[in-house]
Amino acid sequence: MNKYVKKYLRNDKLAHMWCPGCGHGIIMHQIIKAIDNLGLDKDNICVVSGIGCSSRAPGYMDFDTLHTTHGRALAFATGIKLANPDMKVIVVSGDGDASAIGGNHLIHACRRNIDITTIVFNNTIYGMTGGQFSPTTATNDLASTAPYGSIDRPFDIAKLAAAAGASYSARSTVYHANNLEKLIEEALQVKGFSLVEAMSMCPTSYGRRNKKGTVSDMLEDYKETYININAFNKLPLEKREGKIEMGVFKNETYPEYTAEYQKIIDRLKGDK
Amino acid sequence: MSRENLVLKVKPEWCKGCGICVHFCPKNVLELDEDNKIVIARPDDCIKCGLCELRCPDFAIYLEGDENEDEK
Repeated sequence: MNKYVKKYLRNDKLAHMWCPGCGHGIIMHQIIKAIDNLGLDKDNICVVSGIGCSSRAPGYMDFDTLHTTHGRALAFATGIKLANPDMKVIVVSGDGDASAIGGNHLIHACRRNIDITTIVFNNTIYGMTGGQFSPTTATNDLASTAPYGSIDRPFDIAKLAAAAGASYSARSTVYHANNLEKLIEEALQVKGFSLVEAMSMCPTSYGRRNKKGTVSDMLEDYKETYININAFNKLPLEKREGKIEMGVFKNETYPEYTAEYQKIIDRLKGDK
Repeated sequence: MSRENLVLKVKPEWCKGCGICVHFCPKNVLELDEDNKIVIARPDDCIKCGLCELRCPDFAIYLEGDENEDEK
């Protein structure tokens, strides 16, 4: 068995329940590799999730884990972090969980800059409930609730987090798995709110409906579509169409919430 | 551990037959059998690049040292 699987996953719970070709397993693999690279203490990590395909991941991960209500993973994680400021808290969330049902929790966790690492498994659809369009479904893509094409414009979660005040925000895809591992590793080292948006294919609810071909074709699409943000910014405007930027969108240092909170506690204790 | 000492192994009971490893193998080493499970059809051609392990969503194919022969 793969050494990371042996060390960090609940082997009696595998094989996992994700569909054949679902990218979520690849993201989970990169998360445990990043944790191993950093040599983090396994007993001092808490993985929190909400509801959805992505949120099944903590069930397979052998850390302290919490499977909470829809969209509220960050709210639970905030509580865990405030109670145990030394704990490494990782939130695993889907695109709908993070940006629709838990959209407000996301932007306010970013604004507070609380030291939590959020990995958004973005498959641009609500896979588990039958392929309804989510806030990240591209315009004109088909979904069970958009049989003639979605007319909404999609959210860019990485940029949303950056604008809302997160310390670190990045995006990669499951095709660029090594890069994804590196970004998760960077995010885990940030003291403050960090978010990595991992683009993942949903062959069952999204790929079939949108005639995206096989899983491998969907991966090849990621290779064609996603380019590094620096290369993207150098492209003339007419060549940017159809391309999406990936890489690190923001990496800045701001006061961290639990540290600021501790300062108040220390100050008031000192006043006595 | 150097790559030469690694051996490509599979765990067919976890394989869901998505074909990602077959598609991305640069040396065309892998195939799916009639049950849609992964088989190492041409092990001698394997260059141990690890691309199959990297993108297997099901942890069903991996490189490991050959001394560790547990539950293959």
